[in-house]
Amino acid sequence: MLSCQEITAVITEYLEGRMSFADRMRFQMHLGMCKHCRAYLRQMKATIGSLGQLPDEPMPTDVRDEMRKRFAAWNDARRADPKKKPEPT
Amino acid sequence: MSTLVVSRTGLSLRAIFSRDPTWTAPARPPRVKRETPVASSDDQQLLVRLRAGDGDAFDALVEKYHGKLKRLARLFVSTEASADEVVQDTWVAVLDGLDAFEERSSLGTWISRILVNRAKTKGVREARSTPFSAMGDDDTGDELAVVDAARFSPAGKWTAPPLRWDDETPATLVANQQAMALLEVELRQLPERQRVIVVLRDTLGWTSDEVCTALEITEANQRVLLHRARTRLRARLEAHFASHEC
Repeated sequence: MLSCQEITAVITEYLEGRMSFADRMRFQMHLGMCKHCRAYLRQMKATIGSLGQLPDEPMPTDVRDEMRKRFAAWNDARRADPKKKPEPT
Repeated sequence: MSTLVVSRTGLSLRAIFSRDPTWTAPARPPRVKRETPVASSDDQQLLVRLRAGDGDAFDALVEKYHGKLKRLARLFVSTEASADEVVQDTWVAVLDGLDAFEERSSLGTWISRILVNRAKTKGVREARSTPFSAMGDDDTGDELAVVDAARFSPAGKWTAPPLRWDDETPATLVANQQAMALLEVELRQLPERQRVIVVLRDTLGWTSDEVCTALEITEANQRVLLHRARTRLRARLEAHFASHEC
């Protein structure tokens, strides 16, 4: 039987799907009986999930304008000569 | 094959336990799959429009990926200015390669790869960025990277269990602006290698394989760093919720 302390140590192995079948069983058995470890797992998942939703910093207007110019130049070059591949920068 | 067995067993275990009225179902095995820069029909439509020379499509593409690319660039170069430059160079390279892009990977993955290559080259040229393997092993003795042993009995049972949070689901936590701002700050304070891994994996949604390939590290090494970073971030959030309780 895994201890609570061990659960916190191997939780990433569990979340990453890197546990053997037997270890996963032991992990889940422990969770079934321990509300504190269930809370720990919930909090860990909430942490991971919210890291994936951190807001991106807004794009500065000058960057947006510069990108538009680059796109226009690229597009003009293609139109002028569709077979021409632009030089890599 | 083993996944199938695990899932079957999971079901039968639940079935046994659910006969007990006090039983609360354990959290299911992880479905922490997040939005990877994966192929989407949106991206495919964008690609068609881009190739047809539609400027609005490029605007939309830049809007969608710029922030993520900036976050990614910051992992490899040391200054904001360098990161901006790498991102802009990447967009130019994306345009140059657009006609030749064979769609073997998703648009997002392809753009990310271009950025990583550019950022690495730039780092080497400037001799300012260090390769991942040479980054300081600054995570030893990091007491937050494991749960404090004092919180357990000698037998390893919780004596100071996790403090409950108001927001224990990703959806409610994301809605908590203070907590999200704290996470952003804490991310920046992580030891460098932990930060790189956790941003790639959890913020940008890269797979373990993608991270290991890009950084040339083993899966086990990657997992240890990811574990430390996540453990520390959860601990920081716990401290945050504890201090806001009263």
